[in-house]
Amino acid sequence: MSKLNSNIPAGELTQKWTKYKSSVPLVNPANKRSLEIIVVGSGLAGASAAATLAEMGYKVKCFCFQDSPRRAHSIAAQGGINAAKNYQNDGDSTYRLFYDTIKGGDYRAREANVHRLAEVSANIIDQCVAQGVPLAREYGGLLDNRSFGGTQVQRTFYAAGQTGQQLLLGAYSALERQVGMGKVQMYTRHEMLDVVIIDGKARGIIARNLITGELGRHFGHAVVLGTGGYGNVFYLSTNAMGSNVTAAWKVHKKGAFFGNPCYTQIHPTCIPVSGDHQSKLTLMSESLRNDGRIWVPKKKDDPRKPSDIPEDERDYYLERRYPAFGNLVPRDVASRAAKERCDAGYGVGASKLAVYLDFKANTERYGRIEASKAGNHNPDKETCMRLGTAVIKEKYGNLFDMYAQITGENPYETPMRIYPAVHYTMGGIWVDYDLMTTIPGLYCTGEANFSDHGANRLGASALMQGLADGYFVLPYTIGAYLSKEIATKPIPTDHPAFVEAENNVKATIDKFLSINGTKSVDHFHKRLGHIMWEKCGMARNREGLTQAIKEIQDLRKEFWTDVKVPGSADEFNPELEKAHRVADFLELGELMCIDALNREESCGGHFREEHQTEEGEAKRDDENFSYVAAWEYKGESQFELHKEELNYENIKVAQRNYK
Amino acid sequence: MSTGNMNLTLQVWRQKNSKSAGKLVDYKLSDISPDMSFLEMFDVLNEQLINKGEEPVVFDHDCREGICGMCSMFINGQPHGPKDLVTTCQLHMRSFKDGDTIVVEPWRAKAFPVIKDLAVDRSAFDRVIAAGGFVSVNTGNAQDANNLPIPKSKADAAFEAAACIGCGACVATCKNASAMLFVSAKVSQLALLPQGQPERYRRVQSMVAQMDEEGFGNCTNTGACEAECPKGISLENIARMNRDYLNAKFISEEEI
Repeated sequence: MSKLNSNIPAGELTQKWTKYKSSVPLVNPANKRSLEIIVVGSGLAGASAAATLAEMGYKVKCFCFQDSPRRAHSIAAQGGINAAKNYQNDGDSTYRLFYDTIKGGDYRAREANVHRLAEVSANIIDQCVAQGVPLAREYGGLLDNRSFGGTQVQRTFYAAGQTGQQLLLGAYSALERQVGMGKVQMYTRHEMLDVVIIDGKARGIIARNLITGELGRHFGHAVVLGTGGYGNVFYLSTNAMGSNVTAAWKVHKKGAFFGNPCYTQIHPTCIPVSGDHQSKLTLMSESLRNDGRIWVPKKKDDPRKPSDIPEDERDYYLERRYPAFGNLVPRDVASRAAKERCDAGYGVGASKLAVYLDFKANTERYGRIEASKAGNHNPDKETCMRLGTAVIKEKYGNLFDMYAQITGENPYETPMRIYPAVHYTMGGIWVDYDLMTTIPGLYCTGEANFSDHGANRLGASALMQGLADGYFVLPYTIGAYLSKEIATKPIPTDHPAFVEAENNVKATIDKFLSINGTKSVDHFHKRLGHIMWEKCGMARNREGLTQAIKEIQDLRKEFWTDVKVPGSADEFNPELEKAHRVADFLELGELMCIDALNREESCGGHFREEHQTEEGEAKRDDENFSYVAAWEYKGESQFELHKEELNYENIKVAQRNYK
Repeated sequence: MSTGNMNLTLQVWRQKNSKSAGKLVDYKLSDISPDMSFLEMFDVLNEQLINKGEEPVVFDHDCREGICGMCSMFINGQPHGPKDLVTTCQLHMRSFKDGDTIVVEPWRAKAFPVIKDLAVDRSAFDRVIAAGGFVSVNTGNAQDANNLPIPKSKADAAFEAAACIGCGACVATCKNASAMLFVSAKVSQLALLPQGQPERYRRVQSMVAQMDEEGFGNCTNTGACEAECPKGISLENIARMNRDYLNAKFISEEEI
């Protein structure tokens, strides 16, 4: 346990970051020019970090596996980004954003990090607007806000249902500006396959050029991962097809501890699975819960169309169970409530694994307001629906179109069918206050790290964290390390550590291509996903997790003897890329189950059936589990637990109550 | 759960690498579900090819929800296929009929060389953005966001231009392989906003110069780009960019 030091600065919570910034060692401009930084990943966290570090004068190399940095999956975030601006004059403040985030995370996040996040949240909005990001505005020309789950203020900034896209394109433009100036060297279609450690410090990476298959050695005085989450361990998730854990897993195997791997966010509002062919799931933004009411029929297996079920035969179960927050309870609560209704036999649609998200009541309400604005104070229902539909269309048009395209149904006329799906992973590489991992010189940012969301992330907080880390935190904290590295000359890449790392990667590739088994990589990925979803998904128990660990070990053995990877190593070979990723998921999945088994409590996205209240709510055990579980890799299936105790000095820890 | 009953013939462009010649190869598929996406149908094809010991078809894709801009199939002569306002990944098989023959090719343009099969190199777009598709503001230099009120109409118009996903369908469908819709969308977004004014004329000149250098063709106003754009980016952007480009010619060097 002595190995974990979170390096939280001393002093008053509200002063920690300010004091840190004014006392952190600086690197002078001439020295910055000779310090090289590798940034892996080009999403919100990676692109913002790469751009900012280059603006500061460092030499930056940035890597992404997609054909352009603009494709990173941050682009798919729909709903919005939180910031404590209090533009709506509804009593918001840095403290409230901090408090809501800690509470939303079910008291499993680090106070100091979350307070810093809340402090810089306002700067993010300023920066993005300055870049020309077209966030939604009101007629007066000022920025608009909306509500999101788990809060009672309006602090979410947005750009229709494409907030992630607009913020990422802002960070991408800042990054490309540096690329154009020659200050960032961009490596697209490159995948990091190992980290190089020299004298205990991260000094570079091995990356495969996905087009030519060539393995490259890249030196850096420091290495930054911004490689996203690992939700694809479940095969079906809202992540992009290429999203993976490989970079994070490689550094874990070289000594970086993995924090809280079992904390997975299952998002309540996704389009249900339609068949075995399904390759991914699509989210319907949480912002829809502002105007959509969630319900199931009061009668089991009700065969009627939703429109034929009268109001008094509908169970608006979130409003019933949680009158104070209603449809805007946090994601973990909403997801479990949907599962509870479906498991009890009240699900809808062909699969019975869905609930309704209904916009009718609010469409009518908006229509009445519009009619009133136009001087019609006694509109008929049809007029209300027509005018209201236009309002809904302006707010959520792209989401409704997406839903119609995927399901073939018209959501303006019939309620959406939704079901929870894997969406985000709160766990990730353990980092200290500086965002440095347990490997000196190796940093981890954004979803890839474990830091700010505890056991459950609130909506619109992922974009905030990714950009906070990349624009405003890492560029300062990395100076603390690099100021001590100014005398380090670039290490030639024929150093034995580089050679060895490359040889190991090459051996793995040769192994994949030589197995020549009978089943595709996807076959194994789907089976792994099934185990994870059934036994380490929305609800977990000791028996299931114990079985899952054994099943994953067996599946992994089968993978390494029977996988078929076609093609060769020296060409564009997506099957080979997938093989790397699935091989790593097959190890990560086991660790997630081990972590879930260890955590004998329910908190946030981690729900252990053995630990619930009489009403079926999650029951935490603060006495025994108020810690971050940081796992050290000790060899295949061998992980050692280190605990970082969480101390709450500024918040009174309480059972979450959204009733 | 839906079970499929569609039988299809696919004619797919196969090309080993950028140096070799390619050709269309026929594949038969059966039991395809109308609820599958077009790319899920390709997953089925690839699974079959792998099981038969053949090489799967390489194609670009990532988010599969119509926003990352990575998927890029030219389907029966149209980028992203027959439906308006959708990307290939959001095209579903219910848009086709049992017994159909579907021809699938890569984007074709001099500036987008084929890498393998259906995947092409679109890095030219990144270079055009790097030439000027940004506001020069370093991190930490921003004022309070609400100190700069922007009329809703302008903000909305900028957003509509900014909705471009950089997929390249506009280039693929244009008989001249022109990138004017892509370039003008970024030029317009920033020209409509106050933040973009200081570099407005410099920006349009550098981006157009880079566009020309990449080997994209000229615009002859056929409007195919707008018709095929999965995000409905308007031709108005091209008009706006042309005006700015022309204006830039009449502005003295010092003002640029």
